[in-house]
Amino acid sequence: MFYTEAGQFSTRYAADRRVFRLRQDRFALALLLVFAAGVVPLIGNDYWFNAILIPFLVLSLAGLGLNLLTGYAGQLSLGSAAFMAAGAFAAYNFQLRIEGLPLLISFGLGGLVAALLSVVFGLPSLRIKGFYLIVSTLAAQFLIPWVLVKYGWFSNHNASGVISAPPLQVIGADLSTPVGRYLLTLGVVVALTWLAKNIVRSELGRNWMAVRDMDTAAAVIGISLPKAKLLAFALSGFYLGIAGSLWAFAYLGTVEPHGFDLSRSFQVLFIIIIGGLGSLLGNFLGAAFIVLFPLFLSNLVGLLPPGLIDAGQLENVQKMIFGALIIAFLIREPEGLARIWQKFRARARRWPLRY
Amino acid sequence: MEFFFEVLIGGLLAGVMYSLVAIGFVLIYKASGVFNFAQGAMVLFAALTFVSLVESGVPFWAAFALTLATMILLALAVERWVLRPLVNRSPITLFMATLGLAYIIEGGAQALWGAQVHGLELGIDDVPLEFGGLFVSQFDLFAAATAATLVLVLSLLFNKTRIGLSLRAVADDTLAAQAVGIRLRRIWTVVWAVAGLVALITGLLWGARLGVQFSLSLVVLKALPVLIIGGFSSVGGAIVGGLIVGASEKLAEIYIGPLIGGGIENWFPYVLATLFLLARPAGLFGERTIERV
Repeated sequence: MFYTEAGQFSTRYAADRRVFRLRQDRFALALLLVFAAGVVPLIGNDYWFNAILIPFLVLSLAGLGLNLLTGYAGQLSLGSAAFMAAGAFAAYNFQLRIEGLPLLISFGLGGLVAALLSVVFGLPSLRIKGFYLIVSTLAAQFLIPWVLVKYGWFSNHNASGVISAPPLQVIGADLSTPVGRYLLTLGVVVALTWLAKNIVRSELGRNWMAVRDMDTAAAVIGISLPKAKLLAFALSGFYLGIAGSLWAFAYLGTVEPHGFDLSRSFQVLFIIIIGGLGSLLGNFLGAAFIVLFPLFLSNLVGLLPPGLIDAGQLENVQKMIFGALIIAFLIREPEGLARIWQKFRARARRWPLRY
Repeated sequence: MEFFFEVLIGGLLAGVMYSLVAIGFVLIYKASGVFNFAQGAMVLFAALTFVSLVESGVPFWAAFALTLATMILLALAVERWVLRPLVNRSPITLFMATLGLAYIIEGGAQALWGAQVHGLELGIDDVPLEFGGLFVSQFDLFAAATAATLVLVLSLLFNKTRIGLSLRAVADDTLAAQAVGIRLRRIWTVVWAVAGLVALITGLLWGARLGVQFSLSLVVLKALPVLIIGGFSSVGGAIVGGLIVGASEKLAEIYIGPLIGGGIENWFPYVLATLFLLARPAGLFGERTIERV
């Protein structure tokens, strides 16, 4: 009843093909965007921006990158963090070595470099499938940070391989305050999500899903597997590269190659498993969960009598709960939080009736 | 030239240690088609349990038996709460479930036994022995002998016993195996328990070498290239793959390392395995599968 499509008829094909066909959806999205861009900067404090909102948005973008590859095209990867590192270091070097290059352009170029590397490490996917691919992506995960540490040129000969954020300026506006960094991240994430939504609705996205569901059948009906798979690697690398730049410059400020280690790759993988494979909304839900859950758990422990669980134990317990959640999601709700949200929406549409 | 052979032999023997981890993978993969990422966590868990028992005064063999019993309990639990609900799901789903399992076991092992490094003494000194002018570590030889025994026992188990026959039947065609009355649940439990035994032995050998600590669970990652080169479904392939990876990474570190800056041991096996995949996707001994719609 809250949520009805009664009376909303599509009279043209274009109207029928819209992403958000229902007036309520469009209204809710507009409201959300206005709230995120207009209201949050006014009411949020620095803690919220630095510890919750910025990492949430960046991790959503990274999840989106991996989801294009794993959730839509069905190619498993454990090298997400390496491509984030490649993007961040490439963007840093473009900023450093080309005078007056706009910030967003260097983010984009960093993304392109990561995309190129991703295609290189995705080449074995043309001959192998399934979890064999994790070896090739692990090769990226170990090789890329090693190169970044070993060759000082990439970090401008910094002794410990650390790179620092360039001045965050977009068209003359200084975005180095927490609010500014939040808005920068939000803008990039919204634009790239919009792009991703349209990619997965296009022929390419449909080809990816066909390859994911059964690649032999996809090849039989004339889908070019090399093209579909390598484009998935390229786009995934591009998204991860930009997420890496944002992680390094908008979130942390300074970063070293070891900040992008294997556990970061696992974190991104967990976001898409918990959020939902093959869903764009799922990345946001999964990232919110990954960012908020540790905070929730440590607050919960804070309520217990002090000394009962120390910080080391908390980390172990957190690890176990994460592991159990992964298994529980795979068993009970393989399509993740996004599916739960869908079910809820369907219920809201029928309420108070049951069918 | 002598130096070359010493590096080669050292590498081959180190490779045996990788093979041990890889065998644990192959067992589970053969019997249930699951790529078990939690094998490394099982190695850590077994070694930590064993060391903690020994340190609290339990004699060696009693500790071994107790740890083995724990690993069997773990196998039962995994079958009941992870494999059974996920039966007939895609291999990638099962792989991700074992990722979750790895987190649970790692977290549990450290929550139970603490995160500090334990020393482990097996009574074999890590001293070099001389053979015709070449120096070989006694400990490495012991590890190689253990691996050889293990492979022998496993191949007897697989090829000569009734349970081995059922294991091979399940690996070949799960549905057909069930149709002739093989109990899938029991097979899975047995396989995970045997993999637990392999994890325990691996954990003891690696633990004696590196100390029992969290990084033990990372040896699992080194086993991946071994599996790729050897093929996922062959115990013999795991051994050969281990030898190739062990020897080539040591040789590469010595001869290529200085040219590009050293420390290449960390990634060299993966790059080698990736190149290998491009040439022979099924590995050296893996079975080539035919795809049908």
